[in-house]
Amino acid sequence: MKLSNIVTALGFTFALSAQAASLPVIDAVLTSPPMVPPPIQRDHAAKVVVKMETVEKVMEIADGVEYMFWTFGGSVPGQFLRVREGDEVEFHLSNHPSSKMPHNIDLHAVTGPGGGAAASFTAPGHTSVFNFKALNPGLYVYHCATAPVGMHIANGMYGLILVEPKESLPPVDKEYYVMQGDFYTKGAYGEQGFQSFDMDKAIKEQPDYVVFNGAVGALNGDKALTANVGETVRLYVGNGGPNLVSSFHVIGEIFDRVSVEGGNLQNENVQTTLVPAGGAAVAEFKLDVPGNFILVDHSIFRAFNKGALGMMAVDGPEDKIVYSGKVAENVYLPEGSAVQSMPNGHPKLVANSKDDQLLFGKRVYEANCQACHQAEGQGIPGAFPPLAGSDFLNADTNRAIDVVLHGLKGPIKVNGQAFDSIMPAMRLTDEDTANVLTYVLNSWDNKGGTVTPDEVAKRRDEGKTIIMEGSAH
Amino acid sequence: MSPVLLSVLAALQMAALPIAAGPTTAPQMAELPGGEVRPLYLTKDSPLTPVAPFRLDMTPVTNRQFADFVRQHPRWQRSQAVALFVEPQYLSHWQEGWPSPEQAEQPVTYVSWYAASAYCQARGKQLPTVAQWEFAAQASEQAANGSTEPGYTRRILSWYARPSTATLSTVGQSPANYWKIKDLHGLVWEWTQDFNSGLVTGESRGDSTLDKGLFCGSAAAGSADPSDYAAFMRFGFRSSLKAPYTLGNLGFRCAQEMADENTDTADTAGRL
Repeated sequence: MKLSNIVTALGFTFALSAQAASLPVIDAVLTSPPMVPPPIQRDHAAKVVVKMETVEKVMEIADGVEYMFWTFGGSVPGQFLRVREGDEVEFHLSNHPSSKMPHNIDLHAVTGPGGGAAASFTAPGHTSVFNFKALNPGLYVYHCATAPVGMHIANGMYGLILVEPKESLPPVDKEYYVMQGDFYTKGAYGEQGFQSFDMDKAIKEQPDYVVFNGAVGALNGDKALTANVGETVRLYVGNGGPNLVSSFHVIGEIFDRVSVEGGNLQNENVQTTLVPAGGAAVAEFKLDVPGNFILVDHSIFRAFNKGALGMMAVDGPEDKIVYSGKVAENVYLPEGSAVQSMPNGHPKLVANSKDDQLLFGKRVYEANCQACHQAEGQGIPGAFPPLAGSDFLNADTNRAIDVVLHGLKGPIKVNGQAFDSIMPAMRLTDEDTANVLTYVLNSWDNKGGTVTPDEVAKRRDEGKTIIMEGSAH
Repeated sequence: MSPVLLSVLAALQMAALPIAAGPTTAPQMAELPGGEVRPLYLTKDSPLTPVAPFRLDMTPVTNRQFADFVRQHPRWQRSQAVALFVEPQYLSHWQEGWPSPEQAEQPVTYVSWYAASAYCQARGKQLPTVAQWEFAAQASEQAANGSTEPGYTRRILSWYARPSTATLSTVGQSPANYWKIKDLHGLVWEWTQDFNSGLVTGESRGDSTLDKGLFCGSAAAGSADPSDYAAFMRFGFRSSLKAPYTLGNLGFRCAQEMADENTDTADTAGRL
């Protein structure tokens, strides 16, 4: 080798090491959801060393339902990573020896082919290292991109990386990490036991579960996010997908500011923000009143039938001007509460016997009463009183007619259980009222007997709404 | 030389061979007629890869069988194996250097490609090629190509969903496939001779063939077949490997060319 070549080579070596040496080396703080690493206090770039592990493990996706998750760092979503614009990141991806699959990581914050995926492709029991520079500030998704990529994501391999801008983010009181994902299981929603991945449902994009932070109820009850009145909260919201786009909404709050898609665009006063699969958003809001605020995907069947519900419990003094709570609840009795008959040319069937009454009454019951009092008259504890074997019903038939015709309000006791609610006046004909009461009186161990249309007509004139003693208003 | 001396020498020679080689324990083999196998990622119109007739071990090699090999070839003992050919985890699941009674009939794992190759060569065989392995593995219990039967892929995929921390079961527990071969799916991954000629770079969307086959609308018809999923995983797994790797879920079985009728090419020294 010529001397000049050696000098050049030495010069390169020196330059590279000098550049690396100028940056302080820092170990990254990684947090599991819903926690976020503390804000970066540095005013300069650093070399940030990240050590992340891929682990395949069985966890609960819902109460009594287990699923084989593939994870970054043992949680779904994976660990939250926070760096500063201009940082140089040295990323160590280790694949746990017990893994069945090779894994890798594609960070959307990386500028370079594959986002690091090919460079980080790692067999079980091995570690890969690659470097990247965080050029663009923003909130970014990372995920596994090993074939078949959809299945790796569907099993929970995603998370968020925040690249803080050089000028840093405005301080807030609380920061949380929430990430949505859709899951495809062999059994239907809630089916107990171990459930494996269902490829057909995934390809059809028909998930059984749509959840925040990897499980139904991951942010409910004592795992709810918490904050106090007067505080400002910043939610880092991601969506791993693999398929569904999220209509992210917090019931009872308005986002004061949203960093749209996790980028520089700021929107204000947002009710629902769209979070694409493989995308993110930052939502900030100040809490003015206490209570439970529910996080949902406002594609609302997902919230109520597939698990996309979370909760933020806010503590502090009420502000009755901002929100009063319920100040009144009264019976609503519109004019002409008798049935508005719609003549359709068919003569109305008239019951000619008790058997007819029972048959017609059952139909009236199913159409008007069953939704609350239930098919077997068992009611719903705490909400709707039972009609089956009901002491309240059997004690006074005239009162029962009045309840159906005119409504009832206030505390009552039925078979020893207290109920405090409202039974609205039903808009039924005398005939239908007589039939349904006869049906109820002759069902479910009640006392029997008949009610005639004439008796009902009489109570329609003489009776009135029953307001029980102790009724609130 | 007297005929007596000759016969004594011959007897000695015959007796000497088994002593030198020890018991050559290996799985029984099945004969496969050969045929064609569709390479991964290619469309229905792509040419098929021909597979010549061959034999394949009916079960993966067990810890006991591999321990016999190691006894005969001490250079493949855990303590003596060359670091270039095996990772530090090599045979690390054997306590005291040898398999426990429970492990004896479980498939051997924590073996590198070099060690697996040496075993097969010592038995006069080779590791199967990817094409041979895939040809044997596309059989269901009823048909030589069962990959389109309902439930075929589902059964394979369910293995991926099982926690891998569970103890490995012994070999031969699964139903035999059409070729009387067992455990191709659902027990351990298996080494193949040309594992590193796979098509996957590790970045599933970066592989141009995969791009074409899976993600571009125009050519997606062929591989949009969701049953490719299990194959994607095998090819993905293989391409994540390097020859010295020793993994807890990775074992092997051996194959043999049909033309190779006798086994006198066996490399009893276990050389590479």
